[in-house]
Order: sequence, then structure tokens, then C-alpha cells
Amino acid sequence: MIRQRRRSAFTALAGVLALVLAACGSGGSGSGAQEQQFSDQDVQAALDAGGTLTVWAWEPTLKQVVDGFQRKHPRVKVELVNVGTGDDQYTALQNAIAAGSGVPDVAQLEYYALPQFALAKSVTDLRTLGADEYRDTFTPGPWASVHAGEGVFALPMDSGPMALYYNQEIFQKHGIAVPTTWDEYVAAARALHAADPAVYITNDIGNAGMATSMIWQAGGKPYGVDGTNVTIDFSDEGTQRYTAMWQQLISEKLLAPVDSWTDQWYQGLAEGSVATLVTGAWMPANLQSGVAAGAGKWRVAPMPQWKAGERAGAENGGSGLSIPAASEKKPLAHAFVEYATTGEGVQLRVDGGAFPATTEQLSSPEFLNAEFPYFGGQKANEIFAEEARNVLDGWTYLPFQVYANSVFNDTAGKAYVSDTTLSDGLRAWQDSSIEYGEQQGFTVGP
Amino acid sequence: MATPLPAAVPAENGRRRPRRRRSWAGWRFVGPFLAIFALVFLAPVAYSIYLSLFRTRLVGGTTFVGPDNYEQVLRDPQFWSAVVRVTLFLAVQVPVMLLIALLVALAVDSGRLYGRNFFRIAVFLPYAVPAVVATLMWGFMYGTQFGLVGNVNEAFGITLPDPLSPELVLASIGNIVTWEFIGYNMLIFYSALRVVPTSLYESAEIDGAGQLRVITSIKLPALRGALLIATIFSIIGSFQLFNEPSILQSIAPNAITTDFTPNLYAYSLSFSGQRFDYSATVAIVMGLITMVVAYVVQLRGMRERG
Repeated sequence: MIRQRRRSAFTALAGVLALVLAACGSGGSGSGAQEQQFSDQDVQAALDAGGTLTVWAWEPTLKQVVDGFQRKHPRVKVELVNVGTGDDQYTALQNAIAAGSGVPDVAQLEYYALPQFALAKSVTDLRTLGADEYRDTFTPGPWASVHAGEGVFALPMDSGPMALYYNQEIFQKHGIAVPTTWDEYVAAARALHAADPAVYITNDIGNAGMATSMIWQAGGKPYGVDGTNVTIDFSDEGTQRYTAMWQQLISEKLLAPVDSWTDQWYQGLAEGSVATLVTGAWMPANLQSGVAAGAGKWRVAPMPQWKAGERAGAENGGSGLSIPAASEKKPLAHAFVEYATTGEGVQLRVDGGAFPATTEQLSSPEFLNAEFPYFGGQKANEIFAEEARNVLDGWTYLPFQVYANSVFNDTAGKAYVSDTTLSDGLRAWQDSSIEYGEQQGFTVGP
Repeated sequence: MATPLPAAVPAENGRRRPRRRRSWAGWRFVGPFLAIFALVFLAPVAYSIYLSLFRTRLVGGTTFVGPDNYEQVLRDPQFWSAVVRVTLFLAVQVPVMLLIALLVALAVDSGRLYGRNFFRIAVFLPYAVPAVVATLMWGFMYGTQFGLVGNVNEAFGITLPDPLSPELVLASIGNIVTWEFIGYNMLIFYSALRVVPTSLYESAEIDGAGQLRVITSIKLPALRGALLIATIFSIIGSFQLFNEPSILQSIAPNAITTDFTPNLYAYSLSFSGQRFDYSATVAIVMGLITMVVAYVVQLRGMRERG
């Protein structure tokens, strides 16, 4: 599950969607595709008739899902295409949709990117395919993330409740306690770097997904979305908590200046120069495949807290499967999405190392008691499941988050390479996002 | 040109048909070229101009806005800072590169160089390395953590300035481009020097001219045309700077912004921002600026020559 920029979203685009649906309703002809309802019989008929289904996704465990689906429905052939990770896929998908040809039948979309596609009416409202019945199948966080207003635009495939991954060997070697609060985290960063200048607490050169997830956990709500009215304000208390803490790490040069998912990063994780990672629960599969040398050294702990004794969590990454509006095989596509996210496919993916979004798997003893040899036999899923319950409510991403994230390093990134402070950088990011939002026709205020 | 007399004769005889047939024959020869020219050159430009007259928004859809996008580009500080950046690059990197290429070409041509062929190939070789590979390679050397700069720092216990910091990254890109294109420009200069008739050198020798005099009086005047061509190519190349910053961006995202050069800005607008209309406008305006500058340089060069 290599995801260059994994972020997730709780979305609340109620007004926008209401407008969209209203427009469809009154528009009459031409909006039929959005309104069309499918019954179970339609789906069964499509499965019996068979055909070829194109799926665009980069999630590695989907391969097993495709095999399983094809065994179950021998007449259907699924072509799984990896057109790139994250933004690369969104670019390809947006281009295909704009061109009106070559659009896949199923596409993987991260939660933070979903509102943009929902707003542009590029993906199908799955309620027309009966998605409402899955309300209780998924955990609340991911289920909220696939909503844009009333509509359901994807079925959750996985989720990314954040946790602290740490290299136990390094912490033991220098006799430093594993941090449980962010104050302890900063102290540990200083102690580690003082004990061995080659060791950094973590790596960061400015990453929008990381920053927004940290603000989320700190209780910040910089984004507000109500229909086409958007507010962007990085001066609230939660954001300030984050910038005050993180600024210390930046100013004292306690962060390894290495970007995630690069060769240097994997190298740093393996040789112990990057001592911790604060990231989503989808990370273990990546550590196992990318940092084999770290097996047995790494452990998982709950995310550090802003106040000792608190239990606040946030999401980082996570994605769902959606059906582009231009697909001509929606009943068939829906059968596949259901299989992969709610049916037998879920177990196949969990067996492959994925972190699911379904209540059943997340609460099964088999899942919770699984021991990770990579983490020295630790039952890591217990921690992840606990963190999933701690995720704070009320977070929203922008309906143009894909663009906003692309200019994070132009603005907030300056804090990492110049005298600009992180909070000034975030203000510049705010201005840049507001400008884009206004150009795109939103009513944007700070 | 004199009027072709035979053509006039049939016309006087009142026989017009052969003449008309002949005029169509010309089109048949030019036709295939014109069709491809229209398809691959004119059509994209026309489509870009068409796009630049509209504005597509997430809320509100597509509307015809006429020249609004152009007005916006002319007042866009991001665009102009990118133009200033590539102009600075042009003003510093191009003279340095051409001067080195000129010295190398003169050295190779002087005939006094030991292992001339090897030297010529060695200097030209970087041009044969794809720009993407070259940039990745240099990017690795520039790294202060795991790259060559980092290794040097570690080995000697010093701290070299970070070549990928916002202050130095433009110079670092200039270094890569210079490395890539010295060989190419050297080859242009060298081929211009090879066509100088040897009799000129012989008469210079008879007149008792030294090497320096030969260079200033024979070789440099002979190079003037090649120098003009190389300069125009370099101007276009600088204004279109894209590959090197685009690849280095992944290892220095805070130093190389999404609007680092006009081309990178157009790319980001189009692929991250979904603003194809505004991106097309930026591309057209930048194309016009490049054309004007290249034309002015050419006019000046021609005048000096004449």
C-alpha cells in the first residue's frame, strides 16, 4: 500500500450536493445517468451476462480480490490497472473524464480527494445502487468520509487511524522513554539527536497530509464547508497547538530533511536514523515490504496526546472504491465494489495485510489478536482499533483539497527552509487556497 | 528575380488551362506538408487560443470570458516572478555556457590538443544523456544527507552550502543545464570552424599573424552565425526550462515551487489545478514573449553581421 500522499477526509458537503441533485432533478433529460436506479436483479443479470470491467487502483491487496471475484463470477473479466499512486491517478482520471473516453468502471479515491470528484459530478452517487444499506457495515469514520452531503460516492476500502510507530532498539539503546504526549515527543527528539547526531525523531520536509492530520488531532478545524460557502482559517486554537509544538522541532533542526517514500527514507527507517513515524494504520504492510531490515525492531504505540490522559486521534489516508459517472457497466461495477469492500474481498485484503473499514473485521477476535512478527509479536491491531475509536469528529477537507495540497510546499514549506514560521506559512497556504477557491466560484472566507 | 519568359507565352496564346493545372500541381506537392503542419502545429495552437477564451469553474461551469484570462496573466505576480527567474537564468547561464563551449571548440579546432577525438566525444557525451537521467544524477550528488555533498561534508568535517536551498537552487539548475549543453553548443561552433577555408589560415601565416590574431580575425568572424543560432536556441531553452526543476522538485519541494518557471506554472495549473483555460493562456503569453525576444536577438545579430 504505497501511497505517496495519504490523507483522509470526513466530508460534509450537504448543501453542494443538494444543489447538484436539485439541478439534476429539474434538468430532466441528460441527467438520467445520475438518477437511474438499479435493482438486485439488474446486478445479477449483469453478472450472468458477464463482460470486462476496468478497475483503476494502486492498492496491492486488490489483486487477490480480483482473483477471488473472477473465480466466483467466471463470466466477468476484471482488468486491474495501476495508473499511478494518489495524485497521478487523479490526474489521469480527471483527464479521462474531461476527454470523455477511457474512463474506468471502478476507481480508487482517497477520502480527501473524494469531495472534488463528487462536486464535479464525476462519480456516481452509490445510493442509486442501494448503498444506504451499508450504514452499519462500516465504522463511522470511513463511512462519514465517503459522504458528500447526502450522497455516498464510494464504499470505504480501508482507513488510517494514526498511531506512533517507533524503533524500540534505538529508544532502548539511548535509554529514552517512548513518548506518550507531544511534550515528551519534543523532549525525546532533543535527547535522541543529542545522544547521536545521526538520529532524528522523525522525517518531515513539509507534507500537507501530515500537517492537516496533526491539526485534526489537536482539535483544530481550519476548514468549514457549507454548500458552496467555504471557510479556511488556520488561526484557531488547535492549529496553534500544532504549530507551537512542531515549530520547535523545525527550529532546532530535529527533523530529518528527507521526504517520505524516497529511497533515503526507507534507508533511514532501516538503519535507525529515523526513529519514529506518526502515520496511519495502513503502514505495517509498507514496513514489512519496504523496511525488511527493521523486522523485530519496530513497535506500535498510541498516538502521543496533547494533554496526558486524553484520548484523541485522527485519520491519515484511507480510500474507497468509487464508480465514475461515465461508466457504462454500473451494475457490474457495483457488484465488484460490494465484493471488495463488504463481501469476501474484505477478508482477502485483511489476510494480505490491509487495515479494513468494516465493523465485522475490526471487532473480530481473530483480527484483534493477530500477532505481528514484524513488531516482535505485538498485537498491533488492538492499538489501531482503539485509535480508530478515538478519531475526533467534525473534521472536513476542502472540496478542492487536491489542489490545495499541491501548493502546500510553495507556502507552508517555506517554514522548513527559511526564517518564515510555520504559522506564517500556514497563513500563506490559507491565502493561496482562498484565492483558488474564489476563482473556482466558491464563496470563501477566513 | 526576372520574370520567367516561357510562362508568359502560353498566356498570350489564350491557352489558360495548362497554366491552371500547373498551379494545382504546386498545391499537390505542398499539400501533404500543409495537412500535417495544420494538424500538428496550427490545430494545437488554435485549440489553446480557443481554450484561453473560456473559464471553467467547479461551481458555475464553463463560461466565455473573452480576454479576461489574458488580463489576469498580465497582472499575475506568480507568472511574472517566474518570467523574471528564467530571465535571470538566461542572463547568467547562457553567456557562461556559450563562452565555455566556444573555448572548447577553439581548443579542439586548434589541432594542438592531445587526444582530440576523445576530448570531443567526452565533452559531447553529456548531451547524449537524457535530461531526466542527468538531473536525477545531479540531484543525488547535490544531496546533503545521503548525496555527494553530504559525503564530502562528512569526510572533511565541513558544511558546504546546500545546493538545493531556495537561494542556490537556480544556480544548481544552471550548473546541470550547462553540463548538459556545452557539448551540443561546442559541436555547433566546431562545425562552423571546420568550414573555414584553409587558404585563409595559410595567408594569415604568410602575413605573420599569431594564433591570437587568427582567432580574432578569422575564427570569431566565421563563428558569428553559429553564435547567433546557439544564442537563439539557448534563449528558447531557458524560457522553456521545465525538465530539470520538475525533477528536482521531488527532492527539494520547498525550494522549487509549483510556479518556479513559466512552463512549470502552466503544468501545475493544468494538472493539479484543473485550470486548463488559464494554463493555455500562460503558455500562449510565454510563447509570445519567447518569440519576441528571440526575434529581437535575431534582428540585432543580422544587423551586426550586415
